[in-house]
Amino acid sequence: MLDLIHDYWLYFLIGQYPNGPFGGLGLTLVLATSGLLLSLPLGLIFGIARISPFRIIRWPITALVYLVRGTPLLMVIFWAYFFLPSITGHKTDQITTMLTALVIFDGVYLAEIVRAGILGLPKGQLECARSLGLGYFEAMRFIILPQALRSMLPSLVNQFISTIKETSLGYIIGLTEVSFIASQINTQVLTKSTQVYFILGLTYFVLCFSLSRFAYWLEKALQRTRSQKAAA
Amino acid sequence: MIQLDKVNKWYGDYHALVDVTETINKGEVVVVCGPSGSGKSTLIRTLNRLEPIQSGQITINGQDIHRRGLDLNEFRSHIGFVFQQFNLFPHLNVLENCILAPARLRGLKPAEAKARSLALLERVGLAHKATAFPSELSGGQQQRVAIARALAMEPPLMLFDEPTSALDPEMVGEVLLVMRDLARDGMTMICVTHEMGFAREVADRILFMDAGQVLERATPDDFFNRPQSPRAQKFLSDIRTPFAVEF
Repeated sequence: MLDLIHDYWLYFLIGQYPNGPFGGLGLTLVLATSGLLLSLPLGLIFGIARISPFRIIRWPITALVYLVRGTPLLMVIFWAYFFLPSITGHKTDQITTMLTALVIFDGVYLAEIVRAGILGLPKGQLECARSLGLGYFEAMRFIILPQALRSMLPSLVNQFISTIKETSLGYIIGLTEVSFIASQINTQVLTKSTQVYFILGLTYFVLCFSLSRFAYWLEKALQRTRSQKAAA
Repeated sequence: MIQLDKVNKWYGDYHALVDVTETINKGEVVVVCGPSGSGKSTLIRTLNRLEPIQSGQITINGQDIHRRGLDLNEFRSHIGFVFQQFNLFPHLNVLENCILAPARLRGLKPAEAKARSLALLERVGLAHKATAFPSELSGGQQQRVAIARALAMEPPLMLFDEPTSALDPEMVGEVLLVMRDLARDGMTMICVTHEMGFAREVADRILFMDAGQVLERATPDDFFNRPQSPRAQKFLSDIRTPFAVEF
């Protein structure tokens, strides 16, 4: 197994780069990070729309949220892969396709996190901000969201973990992320499937496990500051 | 200053305010009291439109507050509201709590807003806590900051919704003192409160409510010594001799 790592570690980490497309674990992380960052604003808008007092805003977004949540990510990727080019008129590359699918998918999940974060605050906060004369969006921006985002942090890290695992589905559209690279290695080596996929699994596990420990630590730290404040 | 004309409010089938008609003058301190669920808080919350009403009319300074084209945020910024639960913003320190609204809505320069807020914190005795966070303050201190924050908008009218009900008993006094000083400075105030001592000493007039109706409107002297309605008589005797309840 060590010779496997010795021979293929760079390919595993960055794909064929710089002699070919960037890929491997690096691409997985870039995709997951940019997917989450890009879906964050979308999630904020969707989340606020989900609790909007106006039906005309609330209903369509709620429908979208239910639609996407009721569909496997693989479906969303297929839509992005086959459907997107048919409206834009030209073929999109795999990274953009995957990113589009991830942003829509994550945006919807983040919307639910944002919504829960906002609804978790005492009702008096918004009421009080409004009673001072702040408008709805000002109250959201200065009073509600800063508090909600703080309590959402652990959930955001968890969402990031899901996103890392989700990028493996890029395999299906030929995206050279780490699972794809691993299967390439497997084809080249032929005789060591178990080892190759063991290393791949271990890589995902180490990454996601340490992140979920981080999320757990964040949660505890937030609880601690909260109870310290309550005790003070 | 404030006129209510046949104001009615329902929560579903529940009739929370029944034909409330009342006038409150500038500079007047009115205490609203009555048993739980009598509509006191609802009444005061309709005055800055935190609660909608279903019929009737409320005018403040001669203007219908439900008229079309009213700038709701501008309107609310001229009415100070103090909540039972303080509702300080926990992610901002005391000074930032006070500065936020005047800086955003009155276009004050940061230095100006800061000076004004510090003066108000001084007035409620908490200038030394300007950089503390709400979680580091006692309930009484938090409520005094909440009062300073409301005053920072320089409202001509202050509404208090049970400002001392969530406080430990030993902190009630400090908040009531701030409110008394405010009243003596000529602020128009409407206070929903169970603090009968405050009502007796500070109020110009007392409104007694039950089941969504204002049953009694009287000076403190008349209300405490010569209550007219049987409901008010019972209310007063219940709070004076709490152990006289018949089982």
